Amino acid sequence: MSFDVAALRGQFPILGTLVHGLPLHYLDNGASAQTPRAVIDAVVSYETTARANAHRGVHALAEAATDLYEGARADVAAFLGGVPVEEIVFTGGCTAAINLVAHGLGASLKAGDEIVVSELEHHSNIVPWHMLAERAGATLRWLPVTDDGRIDVTALGTMVSARTRVIALAHVSNVTGAVLDVAAVVAAAKAVGAKVLLDGAQRAPHGPLDVAALGVDFYVLAGHKAYGPNGIGILWGRATELDRLPPFMGGGSMIGRVEKGRITYAPSPRRFEAGTPPIGPAVGLGAACRWMSGLDWDAIHDHEMGLVQRLLDGLPDIPGCRLVGPAGLQGRFPVVSLTLDSVHPHDTAQILDSFGVAVRAGHHCAQPLMDRFDIAGTTRISLAPYNDSGDIDAALLGLREAVRRFA
Amino acid sequence: MSQALYQDRIVALAKAKLGAGKLANPTAIGERDNPLCGDRVRMEIALGPDGRIAELAHKVRGCALCEASASALSARAVGRDAAGIATLRAEMDGVITGTSDGEGDFAAFAPLRDHKSRRDCVTLPFEALRAALAG
Repeated sequence: MSFDVAALRGQFPILGTLVHGLPLHYLDNGASAQTPRAVIDAVVSYETTARANAHRGVHALAEAATDLYEGARADVAAFLGGVPVEEIVFTGGCTAAINLVAHGLGASLKAGDEIVVSELEHHSNIVPWHMLAERAGATLRWLPVTDDGRIDVTALGTMVSARTRVIALAHVSNVTGAVLDVAAVVAAAKAVGAKVLLDGAQRAPHGPLDVAALGVDFYVLAGHKAYGPNGIGILWGRATELDRLPPFMGGGSMIGRVEKGRITYAPSPRRFEAGTPPIGPAVGLGAACRWMSGLDWDAIHDHEMGLVQRLLDGLPDIPGCRLVGPAGLQGRFPVVSLTLDSVHPHDTAQILDSFGVAVRAGHHCAQPLMDRFDIAGTTRISLAPYNDSGDIDAALLGLREAVRRFA
Repeated sequence: MSQALYQDRIVALAKAKLGAGKLANPTAIGERDNPLCGDRVRMEIALGPDGRIAELAHKVRGCALCEASASALSARAVGRDAAGIATLRAEMDGVITGTSDGEGDFAAFAPLRDHKSRRDCVTLPFEALRAALAG
C-alpha cells in the first residue's frame, strides 16, 4: 500500500470547510479528530436502515441493529490485535472506561494500598483514582516527568512497592506526545502483582494496536479522537480481569436474572453495558476501526513524523518559542506543545484561528503537568494522517504573527 | 477577526498592567480561577471607613484579555463600594454582550460580542474583585 495525503484528505468532508474565508488547517486532533466519509456513511446507514434497539427485539430491524452493534465490537477487537470480543466493552468514552475500572478495582482496595499515576496524566486518569483513593483510604503515588516531558520510568523502583495495586498511565501524553516505556511499567507491575491500565486516547488514532502483547491488564480509548463519533469509548480488559470486576452501573441488559431478593449479573461485556447502548456511535467507531485497519501505517507514521520535523525545524525562527516535550522524533507521537514567552496560549490560539488554524491552548486537562513546568498552559499542535505541509506552514505563520502582535 | 479582538488599546492595556502588584496591608483578598483554562486572578483591596475601595492591587496569570480587563477595572475601581463595582460589572457585561457601548477603556472590549468563548477571560478580574468585596 502507498500513502497519498491528498486522496486521504478527500475522504474527510469537513476539510473543505472555510474558516473566516480561509482554508481550514485542523491541528486540534488530540482534542477531537475529524471523521471520514466511511464512518459518516456507516452511522447514516444504521440510522436510516437499521435503527432499533439491540439485544431486545425479534423483528428485522432489531436483528439488524444487533448485528451491526456486535459487528462493531468485532471490528474494535480486530483493531486492538484480534483480542476476544468478550474483552471489548463499549463505554460512553475514555473517561467512563477509566471510571468503570477504578470503581471495579475499588471493591478490593483497602487502606494503605497505593495507586501509581504520573504527573503528565490527563485529569480523566487522575480524578477517578483520586476519588477511589479517598473512598478506600489508599494513596496516590506520582511518577515524575523528565525535563523533556516523559514519564520517568527510572522512578518505578521507588514508586512501585508491595502496596501498589494499580498503575494507571498514559500510553502517549496528550500534551508532550511522549510515548510510555510500557515494558518497564509492566515489568515493575508484575513484580508486585499490580494491575496496569493504559490510557490510549492519544495512541489509538495512530494505528492498530496489539493490546494483549503490551502485557497490560486494561486499555482504554476514545471514539471521537480515533475518527469515530462522540459519546463512545472502549474498555479492553483481559477476560480474567473483567470477570473479577463487579458491575459499574445497574440497569437493563447487564443482568442474568432479577428477582425481588436476588440479582445475578451477565458475563462481560454485557455486565458493563447497562441500559440501551449507544448503538449508532458504536457502529461508527467500528467503521473507524475498519477504516484505520485498512491504511498503511508505516507510510503514515513517516508522513506524520515528517510534519513534526517540519514544525520543529520552524520553531527556532519564532522568538521566545519553547518546546514542552521531546525535542526530536524519537519516542514520540505527533503531538507538539509549545509556549511563547510574550503571548498567553489562548491569545496564540485565537490569532492562529484567524489564519484558519485550529489548535488547542490551555492546561489540556493536565494541570499537574503545567505545575511541573511552572506554566499556565501551552499551545498544542496535534496531527492526524490527513494533515499536510500546508497545515504546518500556516501554523508557523500564525505563530510568527502572534509574537509580532504582542511584541 | 483576532485583529479586532487584539486591537491596539487592548494590547496596550494588557501591557500597562495598571494596578498590578501587592498591597502592604490589604483588608480583603479575592481569588478566582477559570477552571476551563487555568487562568487565575488575585485581587487585594484596602477599604476605607466608608466601605469604598481606597487601594487596589492585582496579580493576573491569564491571557491578554484578562490582563487588559484587570487594567481597565483597576483604573476605575478606586473610590467605589460594592454597589459601584457591581455597576461597573454591569457596564462591562453590556459591552461584551453587545447591549451597550461602555465608557472609556471598557469600550475597547466590544469585539468580545463576537467571541463568546473569551468573555470569561474579561469577567474573571471582576469576579475576583467581587469575592474580595464579599470578604
